[in-house]
Amino acid sequence: MTAIPVNGSRRYRRRLFVSRFNLLMALATMALGMLFLCWILATLFVHGVAALSPALFTQMTPPPGSAGGLRNAIVGSVLLVATATLVSTPIGVLAGIYLAEYGRSGWLAETTRFVNDMLLSAPSIILGLFVYTIYVLPAGHFSGWAGSMALALIAIPVVLRTTENTLRLVPGNLREAAVALGAPMSKVSVKVTLRAARGGVITGVLLAVARMSGETAPLLFTALNNQFWSTDMNGPIANLPVVIFQFAMSPFDDWKALAWAGALLITLAVLALNILARTLLRPATLR
Amino acid sequence: MRMPMSLIDVPIAARQTASPADASPSTAPTIAIRNLDFFYGGFQALAHIDLDVAEREVTAFIGPSGCGKSTLLRTLNRMYSLYPGQRATGEIRFNGANILDASTDLNLLRAKVGMVFQKPTPFPMSIYENIAFGVRLYERLSARRMDERVEWALAKAAMWNEVKDKLHQSGMALSGGQQQRLCIARAIAVRPEVLLLDEPTSALDPISTARIEELISELKADYTIAIVTHNMQQAARVSDRTAYMYLGELVEFGNTDQIFLKPARKETEDYITGRFG
Repeated sequence: MTAIPVNGSRRYRRRLFVSRFNLLMALATMALGMLFLCWILATLFVHGVAALSPALFTQMTPPPGSAGGLRNAIVGSVLLVATATLVSTPIGVLAGIYLAEYGRSGWLAETTRFVNDMLLSAPSIILGLFVYTIYVLPAGHFSGWAGSMALALIAIPVVLRTTENTLRLVPGNLREAAVALGAPMSKVSVKVTLRAARGGVITGVLLAVARMSGETAPLLFTALNNQFWSTDMNGPIANLPVVIFQFAMSPFDDWKALAWAGALLITLAVLALNILARTLLRPATLR
Repeated sequence: MRMPMSLIDVPIAARQTASPADASPSTAPTIAIRNLDFFYGGFQALAHIDLDVAEREVTAFIGPSGCGKSTLLRTLNRMYSLYPGQRATGEIRFNGANILDASTDLNLLRAKVGMVFQKPTPFPMSIYENIAFGVRLYERLSARRMDERVEWALAKAAMWNEVKDKLHQSGMALSGGQQQRLCIARAIAVRPEVLLLDEPTSALDPISTARIEELISELKADYTIAIVTHNMQQAARVSDRTAYMYLGELVEFGNTDQIFLKPARKETEDYITGRFG
């Protein structure tokens, strides 16, 4: 057995080279990804900030050629997303509890998990068409309720997934410790494990809200749009994604500017939600 | 402890286990185990266990890893029933009923047979709520009575003075040894008859370990205690009776002094003197 030379054996130097090469490649791909992300954000900020003004929040969407804002679209979006969140959170969380705590195995759980995964990756336009078929067509008119329903269908699988995953991360001995006190499974789930996982569950809900606030396709068939001020969920209602879609496609410069401003607003809102989600999750992981 | 063993592989020639009469309990047994077999799916982890856990005494289960001592402990509160595929046959008599019967109310059983685990498991709530959680399951107490109960349980676990000024801080912020005493306090607070301790000090430093051992000796006055331990000195220090287990069988069971000073069986002696295990 010979001693390894001071500057390493050939084999070692080759390994070192491979390691450095791989690290370099990983950094390069990361840089490529970041480049496009920053590019998108920079473009958005340049155009969006130029179009920002207090009027955005005080005036309605204008006809082409006149000044206006996005007030009806902002309020409409908040209404649609809030309703969808209120509907989807309990369904997603309860179903997540079922899958994580009760239905670890068994055909019902397996099927639910499979269907949920399908729903999670279903194109949102299909969810929109589905609600259009079962709600808008029979009702005979577009409506905010239908829009919220379509958004809820997007949110439920997200909330369900994150709830199940974070509950599964709760150590089994915490569950056993609660059971050992004579607590029935329902109390164990709600008072102990859900509590231990609450940071993750809230994060899931916030991520679902972020996802919903940018969805356009499902709203085109359901809530549609509204040029005027309306908070009537039973009729067509304005919302940011569809307004952006419509205005950005138009030939009018002032509409295009409003579309940029709307896009920036949504991005900032999603960014804020993500930061909030991270800060909420922190105490649970740091402990 | 998962060391599935089929009976045929068990090398111990004589399968006869120490009969409970050898241990000659001074008091009536709280828990009487008869002909207990335990299976993880198709594997037999415990075979023909006969053992009495005497009232207000400390019974220690010792043996090498995988011998089935934790498995045995987990049959006493039917903890294994959480997991499909695990089952026990035979008889475990407690309060006049066989707890292995399908009709046993598991929640009530577990309220009477408390358990403390190897790793401290404080719930993600305040120290006060950690104790009150279990109490609320079975009793409705006024705020004042609940305060008293929490104080009583924490005092019993010898930690009232340490935490009385921070009852509403998170239980997760305590040190490991304090967390484990909190878990003991939590188990006591529901006023069980039996306490099962599954290697309660193996994750703790020597000072915390000494405190818990002191505590066990004090708790003996009110509770029947069964403890699983890897630490033979600990078994010798805290227990009245010791059961030596190997490969899913009870090799020897008797008074702790006798087991450690004059074991009847060669296998026990080899393990205790460190020649094996």
